[in-house]
Amino acid sequence: MIQNLVDGILTGSIYSLAAIGMTMVMHMLRFANFSYAELLGIGGYAALVFDRLFAALVPALGVAIEPLTLTWALVLAMLVAMVITGASAVLFDWLVFKRIRAKADALSMVFASFGVALIVRNVITLIFGHKAELYSQDIAFAVVLSRDPMLLVKPDQIFTLVAALVLMLAFHLVLTRTTFGYALRAVAENPNLSQVSGVRLSSMVTAVWMIGGGLSAAAGVFYAMTNHLSPVMGHNFVLPVFAATIVGGIGSVYGAVLGGFIVGIASGLALMVLPSGYTPAMPFVIILAVLLVRPHGLFGEDRDA
Amino acid sequence: MIGLISYIAFFATMAGIMAIAVLGLNLQWGNTGLFNGGVVAFFGMGAYGTMILGGRPEAEQFGGFELPFLIAFAGGILAAGLMAWVVGKLTLRLRHDYLAIATFGVAIAFESVTRNAEWLTGGAKGLRGFPRPFEAAIGDGFTYGLVFLALVLAVLIVVYVGLERLVRAPYGRVLRAIREDEVAARSLGKDPARMRLQAFIIGSMIMGAAGGLYVTFYAFVSPQDMAPILTFQLWAMLIVGGAGNNRGAVLGAFLIWGAWTLSGFALARYAPASMQLYAGSVQYILIGLVIVGMLLWRPQGLVPERIGKTFNDRAAKAPTNTGAHQA
Repeated sequence: MIQNLVDGILTGSIYSLAAIGMTMVMHMLRFANFSYAELLGIGGYAALVFDRLFAALVPALGVAIEPLTLTWALVLAMLVAMVITGASAVLFDWLVFKRIRAKADALSMVFASFGVALIVRNVITLIFGHKAELYSQDIAFAVVLSRDPMLLVKPDQIFTLVAALVLMLAFHLVLTRTTFGYALRAVAENPNLSQVSGVRLSSMVTAVWMIGGGLSAAAGVFYAMTNHLSPVMGHNFVLPVFAATIVGGIGSVYGAVLGGFIVGIASGLALMVLPSGYTPAMPFVIILAVLLVRPHGLFGEDRDA
Repeated sequence: MIGLISYIAFFATMAGIMAIAVLGLNLQWGNTGLFNGGVVAFFGMGAYGTMILGGRPEAEQFGGFELPFLIAFAGGILAAGLMAWVVGKLTLRLRHDYLAIATFGVAIAFESVTRNAEWLTGGAKGLRGFPRPFEAAIGDGFTYGLVFLALVLAVLIVVYVGLERLVRAPYGRVLRAIREDEVAARSLGKDPARMRLQAFIIGSMIMGAAGGLYVTFYAFVSPQDMAPILTFQLWAMLIVGGAGNNRGAVLGAFLIWGAWTLSGFALARYAPASMQLYAGSVQYILIGLVIVGMLLWRPQGLVPERIGKTFNDRAAKAPTNTGAHQA
């Protein structure tokens, strides 16, 4: 019970990070982006490449920071991966979504995002292969936090939870304390009115893709640290991230954070009654429940029925 | 010679089954503007439904009722329609892309059930043993292949003619009216939510019929048959042929299935041995490029939608869904 809860919180923090960008993109550009979760894969694999590169260039960086399996090389690689992933999110928008936005409707963008996801996922498969990859070959031993009830946690898991919370806090400060954050919230609230007030919509769209890509890359790295990297990773994240976004209410950053934890915890607790083979379907059950009880989510507005 | 003919019959049977599913998708997307992101689940529901009702009994396995083919087939179609009713009822009132998310979720949930609920679906090993119609009389050789092809083509023609009549009828005009301008349609006393739900259910039942034929053809079904790529293939067929045009949908099905088969052959033959494991990925990328490329450069497809006289001024426009949420 308590183990399932803790595991759920740890997974939930990864969903939350990914859902922040998703909810902003979905709100601002008005389409459900099925290629968004592939950004986690891009981030995870970009970090793998640079982790190996940095560790090879400066061997001192490749030493694990006790008691984690994390190395300084990976920390740097993650920062590079965040930028690369943000840039690829902007690139996809520029190559595909922006052009379709100009001449067709939101559902054509949904359609296109399916195609983009398929391409990205399989290009990753071609480059890195089907098999799972790990950043570190060291065995991460779990620490026994308590014996009754039994509770096992790996140091890496604690680190990723804290790091995810720090990133969310940083983004919260940007949103509430800076002019840029103010503009971002204004655009989310009312795109037309914010343009009248001198906010450039196109640069805000770019910024949202950069932020979303960066946070997703971090989520991808955190997931890969505590589990593993695989090309189907993006596909597996599509539904939980949508669920987190819908639970929180589309457009609400804080809703997305809360939604991520709710989805993570619910999926963790569901393991007590359902075999693990059904875990991928849990977010779908949550989505259905939310649509039945509260279609606009916890913090969503009833503005586009 | 017999080998070649029997291969062509096999190819045409598969393409025909795909074409039926694409016609169902066309009613949803082409005519009504509904995005179904989990076509494979409705196809699969028809396949598993037909198999469970019409298959042979096996130990410790639910189903195998050995019902006559037509009843089993109808049961599979109804099962797909029932699933569409539940999903549509919950999501069609909401933001238009919720249907895309919910149907995508249905496909994931459906896959989980096919892989895990062994008592019902046989799990990873799937279900086998299906008494195919007329097989006792004809045997399962070359002639049966041709007879089955005739059956598939007959269903394809029935679905095609039925849909053509439906979309040419006032009913079809209302569907297009809702797709183009929901508020205007409502002001004329039409009920968009109900019409959309109906179109979604009918389209899903057609996909279920395709699944039923598929399982009858192979007398076997497993989660491998229900891979997510099927959804993408069917979508590519529709967008290449031309959304909104039934003739285009059938053309697209044969074209893309041909391209898929040929690229598979080419990769198997010319790709280096070390790459064989990744031939599927290359094909998936091609399907993705076809979808994105068509949307970018020729969204109306090879055979654009043709709309009756009253809508001539819109005929040049790609089939779009100008939902009320953009207002």
